[in-house]
Amino acid sequence: MIGRRQVLLGLPLAVAVGGGGISYVMLQRMERGTYDPHGVPNPLVGKPVPHFALPPLGAGPGLASAELHHPGRPVLVNFFASWCVPCVQEAPELMALHDRAVPIYGIAYKDQPDAALGFLERHGNPYLRVATDLPGRTAIDFGLYGVPETYFIDRGGIIRWRWAGALTPDVAHDQLAALMRTYA
Amino acid sequence: MKPVLLALLAWLLASPVWAPVAHAVDDPSEMLANPVLERRAEQIGDRLRCLVCQNESIEQSSAGLARDLRHIVRQKVTAGWTDRQVVAWMVARYGTFVELRPPFEAQTLLLWGAPVLALATGAAVVGIGWRARATAVPLPPLSDTERARLDRLTGP
Repeated sequence: MIGRRQVLLGLPLAVAVGGGGISYVMLQRMERGTYDPHGVPNPLVGKPVPHFALPPLGAGPGLASAELHHPGRPVLVNFFASWCVPCVQEAPELMALHDRAVPIYGIAYKDQPDAALGFLERHGNPYLRVATDLPGRTAIDFGLYGVPETYFIDRGGIIRWRWAGALTPDVAHDQLAALMRTYA
Repeated sequence: MKPVLLALLAWLLASPVWAPVAHAVDDPSEMLANPVLERRAEQIGDRLRCLVCQNESIEQSSAGLARDLRHIVRQKVTAGWTDRQVVAWMVARYGTFVELRPPFEAQTLLLWGAPVLALATGAAVVGIGWRARATAVPLPPLSDTERARLDRLTGP
């Protein structure tokens, strides 16, 4: 039988081991990028794309939510800005996705059109089409809290995933590839 | 000694803990002309978290997104929305995380229950200690052989 002394000695040890275990899992997930303590949850995941109609960046047609309500294939929506450093960081990964024929719609967030066009000239244009959200109101309807942010929209127009921050090769390989398989 | 204490007191009183909450409305044109509506907008804004700075309310933060959200709050208030409707609009986009005072729900049960849990644990520990003391049997006095052994061990 376990005595009182054993319980009194064992309890702090159990608390320490339990707390250590939880911290270890948290740190592991932070390293893999699946857990961000500063991350803001997005209640739009599982819901249809919010209503919006945005003018184009430069020439060509703009972008409206009606087109994303039944895109017929999974698409990405990427918010970016020329003034955003992680956007430069993720540019090569977006180009790699573009090369793999992943359809990406771009939305320039609170950016002067000339500056945004200059950004695409310097870092490449991975987008099927680019719209501009100068007041940043559409971004708020998406629950955006910084740039870059990337949304995965399934063939039925439902938002399935949101990535806040630069899209790294690891994220594309681990998370995006799995989504593509699930919702292909 | 007295001047030191006075200085300490002055420093404590001057510390930001006691200061009224500073609002970051750096552009007066942001404010509504109607003082009643402006006051309501500020009260709503004080309850909403700035998603960029996270530990500040949107009224305290000077981040661009906080400014946009302040503007939206004022638009809705002017349009006759209730406080609850404005907060619900924000929660639909940013989740309950946007509320600086989290609502009481399944996910926040542990958060709100923590003080009760801590008090109950403390009370249990104190209770067990008291009971152990009350039921403790007093030790019998030393026997003659024990006393002799003690004398031998502590002897000169």
